[in-house]
Amino acid sequence: MGFACVYIADFLVQAVVRGQRALGDGALALLGGVPPLWSVVAANPAAFEAGIQLGMTKAQVAQFGNVQICMRSEAQEKAAHAALLDAAWSVSPRVEDTAPDTVVLDLDGLTALFGSDETIARELARRVGAIGLAARVAVAANMEVAIHAARGFPGITIIPEGEERRRLGVLPVGVLTTEAETLDILERWGVATLQALGALPVLQLSERLGQEGVRLSELARGVRQRSLVLAQASSSFAEEMELDDAVEELEPLSFLLGRLLDQLCARLEARALAVRAVRIRFELQPSFEKDFQTLKEDLRTKPEVKHYDKVLTLPVPMRNSKTLLKLLRLQLQGDPPAAPIQKIYMTADAAAPRVAQNGLFVPRGPDPEKLEVTIARLGKLVGEGNLGCAELVDSHRPESFRMRRFVVANEQNKRRGKNDRNVKENPQIHAAVTALRVIRPAQAVRVEMRDEQPARVYLRGMRGEVVAASGPWRSSGDWWQEDAWHQDEWDLEIEFSLDAQQFPSGLQRGLYRIYFDALQQGWFLRGVYD
Amino acid sequence: MAASSLATLRSKIEADLRGRVASPFAYRDRNAFELVSTGIPEMDALVGGLPRGAMTEICGAPCSGRTSFLLSALASRAADGEVCALVDARDSFDPLTANVAGVALEKLLWVRCQNIEQALRATDLLIQAGGFGMVAVDLSDVPAKTVRQVPLNAWFRFRRAVEDTPTILLLLEQEANAKTCASLVVRLEAGEARWTEAGETKAGDKDAQKKHSLQGLKPIASKHVTWGLKPPPPKEKSYAASCYPFAKLLRGFAVRTDVVRSRIQMPEQRVINIRAGAQPRLAVPRSADRGVFATETV
Repeated sequence: MGFACVYIADFLVQAVVRGQRALGDGALALLGGVPPLWSVVAANPAAFEAGIQLGMTKAQVAQFGNVQICMRSEAQEKAAHAALLDAAWSVSPRVEDTAPDTVVLDLDGLTALFGSDETIARELARRVGAIGLAARVAVAANMEVAIHAARGFPGITIIPEGEERRRLGVLPVGVLTTEAETLDILERWGVATLQALGALPVLQLSERLGQEGVRLSELARGVRQRSLVLAQASSSFAEEMELDDAVEELEPLSFLLGRLLDQLCARLEARALAVRAVRIRFELQPSFEKDFQTLKEDLRTKPEVKHYDKVLTLPVPMRNSKTLLKLLRLQLQGDPPAAPIQKIYMTADAAAPRVAQNGLFVPRGPDPEKLEVTIARLGKLVGEGNLGCAELVDSHRPESFRMRRFVVANEQNKRRGKNDRNVKENPQIHAAVTALRVIRPAQAVRVEMRDEQPARVYLRGMRGEVVAASGPWRSSGDWWQEDAWHQDEWDLEIEFSLDAQQFPSGLQRGLYRIYFDALQQGWFLRGVYD
Repeated sequence: MAASSLATLRSKIEADLRGRVASPFAYRDRNAFELVSTGIPEMDALVGGLPRGAMTEICGAPCSGRTSFLLSALASRAADGEVCALVDARDSFDPLTANVAGVALEKLLWVRCQNIEQALRATDLLIQAGGFGMVAVDLSDVPAKTVRQVPLNAWFRFRRAVEDTPTILLLLEQEANAKTCASLVVRLEAGEARWTEAGETKAGDKDAQKKHSLQGLKPIASKHVTWGLKPPPPKEKSYAASCYPFAKLLRGFAVRTDVVRSRIQMPEQRVINIRAGAQPRLAVPRSADRGVFATETV
């Protein structure tokens, strides 16, 4: 069939409940307007049953003990609307953004993909449910019929072609989108349903209500046609939450972050995308940690809002909200915000999800998501700078390497690196290479020279006789910079004349690399051959 | 008890443990390990290789060749395209030597710790993460007394964590401390160092040139250089000798290896057991096995 309409009943309430699931159980009334003139702008059916009416003041609502009061949140409405569009785009690429609570989808060609119209409608309801909204779905050949059926009938409604007028006839005229004045006129005429409205002669109706009358008549009869106005898919994914009470502790904050991440991940999943980076911005309470005197002085001026920003960059795109929450928690533990948080703003940089297809004979590497959490934990343990993979720098300076972020990409396994070729092609590498253990920082030693060769070395308070020496191997560079180096290196075999008690590790003879630093005019121990 | 009741009981236990234990009644030969090359042919011949899913201890005094063994093992895993992790308890890993040894630095997660507590916690995290071909823990420079104070349950925890995984847990220490938690314990001991003498031609030339090219070093003249006293024939003229006649070059050193404990059954033993239809034997101590390998300075 032609079109499906998704309508979110009580959209304002559902948008708030989506962000605060605990509110969803009981009666809830939303307040809006300019303070202190707050009044009820929306309520759920349970609240209406309890006696709440639109326009009631906060004081009046407070008298209902069983009705929860909450402020309307435009940020959450915006996020809920974006999520609704994302869910619609996950089913069809042709979507109309009809209203904040209504979207229309063109179902042309989807039967082969999903199945019957009813299956499509159920799938739509399921996907919208996954983003935290309860949807009404209607499918009809006519777009306007689908919209009004979704607004009028609960659950899933399928209207076959030719039955539009009969099925819409039972709906009240209130489902039509028109001015309140027109609805009052129809009510005065005694026109309560669309069937009654459709039965009115069009000519006479146009004489009384103008072109609006003709439009309403066509809508009531289900014959009005119009084109779908396509919405452009947005690439920004943002969620926002304003808190009634500022949050100080990490535990409740994680709970809120987890909820926002769940919503973001559900939206990304609907669009078949993943997260490349998560950006969070906390609006902090401005008057925190200020003494009373300062507060008094600040009363005249509006306090400046402080922000706390954090970016979580991921090496591979992910969509697991629990993993993302763990990573965020680890980051926040390392660098907590300085004041209580009163507003959370979270955005996700979307990217195509990674392809996790490995070859049969390729060794399985660490799972990127798990590895990222592990690296974050290790970073907290040993420090970010002490973790990663070493990258050699194109320099002859000793110890010339830098730490790089450790990333395991699938392509790495398939690609043969330079070192792999070394191993395969260089037969000498099959023997053990004499390894050097570096002492960081280099340890100062005293060296006695004989015939311009080291003859005796004093190391850690011990004396060693040089048995064999190789050197000096001179290197120097960067003389034009402050950190120039100029060294003469020696490989020494040293024999220590010590008993086992003085040197319990049993080191009596060993191979060392020492160097004479010409700039510092001193001898240093670079490392031990092991 | 009737056979049917036993079968019912067995199926009930299997159903209860489903998802947690793969096959509770299947016999597991804990001594049958998948062995991979150490990268040193002599060591492979001696111990059969490094066992996956088990802990291996390489112990020895400083300068006994433990790090050379580690680099060979890491290079061997790199050649197979595996990702490895190195927990460096005293931050003494040298990336330049490792690169020369054939270690793929981009596939090696290097954790530079400051003390043994950090090293043990990092090891635990890495094993739990899974997916690493080898997790090497270098406690070589940590005083033996400190490592001795690590409670046995820490080693036991590592052994259990690494069990049934393809990860090789390699410990480098001064003394063997993990007791029975280690499936293979090898002690290394330094042998004679090998030096090239001045005037030694072919090998000395290559070594000198390689060392120069790799490290950017240049030999310097000394007043002990006595040019022209006895010039060697042009074909045999040594690079080192021509620049610096008294120069020696470190060629490497010998390493004596001693298998302290091994639970590894060599493949031929397993074949015999299967043919005989008998239960696989328990650990086969190979403490009498000894070997030697030599390191090469490149």
